[in-house]
Amino acid sequence: MIALREVVKRYGPTATVGPVSLTVAAGETVALIGPSGCGKSTLLRLVLGLLTPDAGEVAFDGTPVTPATARAVRLRCGYVVQELGGLFPHLSAADNVALVARQLSWDEARVVARVAELAGLVQLDVALLGRYPKALSGGQRQRVGVMRALMLDPPVLLLDEPLSALDPLVKTELRPDLRRLVRELGKAAVLVTHDLHDAAELADRVVLLNAGRVEQDGPLAELRAKPASAFVGKFLDAQRVAV
Amino acid sequence: MSRWPLLLLLVAGCGPAAGTRVGSKLDNESVLLGELATALVRDTGTAVTHRRELGGTPVLWQALLAGEIDVYPEFTGTLAFQTLGDPALTDFDKLRTALAAKGIGVTAPLGYENNYAVGVRGAVADRLGLKTVSDLAKHPELRLRLTPEFVRRADGWTALKRAYALPHPDPDGTDHSLAYQGVAAGTVDVLDVYTTEAEIDRYAVRVLADDRTFFPRYAALFVYRQAWADTHPAAMASVRRLEHSLDEGTVRRLNARTQQRVPEATTAGKFLAERFGLAAVVAVETRAAKLWRHTREHLFLVVVSLVAAVPVAIPLGVLAARRPRLGQVITGVAGLIQTVPSLALLVLLLMLFAELPERIRGGLGWPPAAVALFLYALLPVIRNTATGLTDIPPHLRETAAGIGLTSWQSLRRVELPLAARSILAGVKTAAVITVGTATLGALIDAGGLGVPIQQGLRTNDRELILLGAIPAAGLAVAVQGVFELLERLVVPKGLR
Repeated sequence: MIALREVVKRYGPTATVGPVSLTVAAGETVALIGPSGCGKSTLLRLVLGLLTPDAGEVAFDGTPVTPATARAVRLRCGYVVQELGGLFPHLSAADNVALVARQLSWDEARVVARVAELAGLVQLDVALLGRYPKALSGGQRQRVGVMRALMLDPPVLLLDEPLSALDPLVKTELRPDLRRLVRELGKAAVLVTHDLHDAAELADRVVLLNAGRVEQDGPLAELRAKPASAFVGKFLDAQRVAV
Repeated sequence: MSRWPLLLLLVAGCGPAAGTRVGSKLDNESVLLGELATALVRDTGTAVTHRRELGGTPVLWQALLAGEIDVYPEFTGTLAFQTLGDPALTDFDKLRTALAAKGIGVTAPLGYENNYAVGVRGAVADRLGLKTVSDLAKHPELRLRLTPEFVRRADGWTALKRAYALPHPDPDGTDHSLAYQGVAAGTVDVLDVYTTEAEIDRYAVRVLADDRTFFPRYAALFVYRQAWADTHPAAMASVRRLEHSLDEGTVRRLNARTQQRVPEATTAGKFLAERFGLAAVVAVETRAAKLWRHTREHLFLVVVSLVAAVPVAIPLGVLAARRPRLGQVITGVAGLIQTVPSLALLVLLLMLFAELPERIRGGLGWPPAAVALFLYALLPVIRNTATGLTDIPPHLRETAAGIGLTSWQSLRRVELPLAARSILAGVKTAAVITVGTATLGALIDAGGLGVPIQQGLRTNDRELILLGAIPAAGLAVAVQGVFELLERLVVPKGLR
């Protein structure tokens, strides 16, 4: 579904991501994990064509991601943004969710039905749909963010730190819901996180990044059993997660 | 957009009216003659409007040629020297023939002349025994104060100096009322005067005899469109009753009444009642009506310039936000315009408009003023649009792109709504600037609340100044209020 081949992206005078090679198959859930600044969000932006690689190639469903194809790719990826869902403050929850569908000229009945369906799916009280983001809690906003990502029923979900801005209690409440969603819908998902707990719960496979490079790529159990480097061991120990 | 019809109504309400249209220039005497003609036309039962204080000679002349007015008071000298530019036309019959070729007719002279003349402070004239302009040559120490127009005119200072071999250095032009103030204060000895102006008596100025018959004759009369006269014979005949009926003393007395704050229409009505036994034909414009008319003109200028500026400035602001280097050029140019002093910009535009063919220009005073206000309104809107857009948190812009909005959709659905408050604040700033600057429109014949202010300055009438200044300030406050209401309509609810 997603294939990165020897991708390099330089940003700033010294920081570089890559070369990174990575594939995500249809229906597979992958967590990109690593310390802050390791380049995990950059990889997500490269997939969406928000950034153009300096070297290598990004392909989505066999088609290279270029400025010309980027929009088509974006419409097939549900994008959940880090900052509390990245909701637009001037639109109500429902309008945030429906924005792209309306731009694609969906008829209004279809929009309304889909929004209601999604509210059930993410377990959001429909009474909250008329509210503006500032009148929603962090957890509610993130649920609306997920609804917006799912609106067009895309084959791929890209989640950029979907839980990290939430307080621990809300996080434990939302995490299993997200897990259920990702598993039940059978979508491919790429989750960016710095939290091993999130990765363990939501992803089949973990890609551990450090300073712009892949340290190890495999199921979490494999990383624990056979750490490929001293860094992998150190990173896993630091978060001490029971698998 | 439910707001447009209201604007259009407002703009349409300021347009020209039907029927016979009498014009007059900015000075009180011209307005008075305009009122006389208006009353006489109305006396024949013809529908008539008086378009008062339209502007200076060029504005009236162009309006007459363009058919926007039918008749207005003028002087033979002005027609010969300024309008037609041929000194030979001081001969009345030649003037009549030249005008007829343009489809313009003239009445016989009304009886008085308003010539240029040289005036001397009474005390100085007595002390030095000055009687004629020639006497001035012996006194180079006298302090001159002349109007800019007199300094500039072909038949003005330079020619006068040559004709009389005057030894005085060339003076800078000064405002006429300031020259009289100088006479009162004893700082000015010699000034140019009009032979009918009331100040001559009020400030005890002695008019020197033109012993070398230098000054051309400025005999008052009415000029009219021949086409109008042909279709309105009764109205024409009625206006002709003023021929040979106004001598200089009478006009000076009528002018003095205006300066005592008697409305021109009242003075005109009284004169016509005494002279021709006409009754109740005068529509006196009350101060309230005058205020309302100038407020309408003012709003017209503001609305026209803003309505034109906003759709130009917002796209420029978007461009400035998207292309920062181009943005610097755009805001730089708009900023440069802002630094040009308003009066200089107005006069510059007036001169530019004068170059345009008459058909486009239309002989009206407001377009140059509206263009100047348009230019001033650009910068605040451009800057606030650009700032509003660049202040949007980067992650929201990236999100808009990331979820699959095109660049245009992102602008239309996300960025402009998020910047709405800032853009509206820019439009508000532009509106307040425009309301304030529009008062200067009166200086270039564009009408508005600056007209009473200018008249008040000219006649030293504080009440009249306030009649323009207070509503102008009130208008600025009202604009603030209107924009607070607009904010409820334009700024998305989630941002308030």
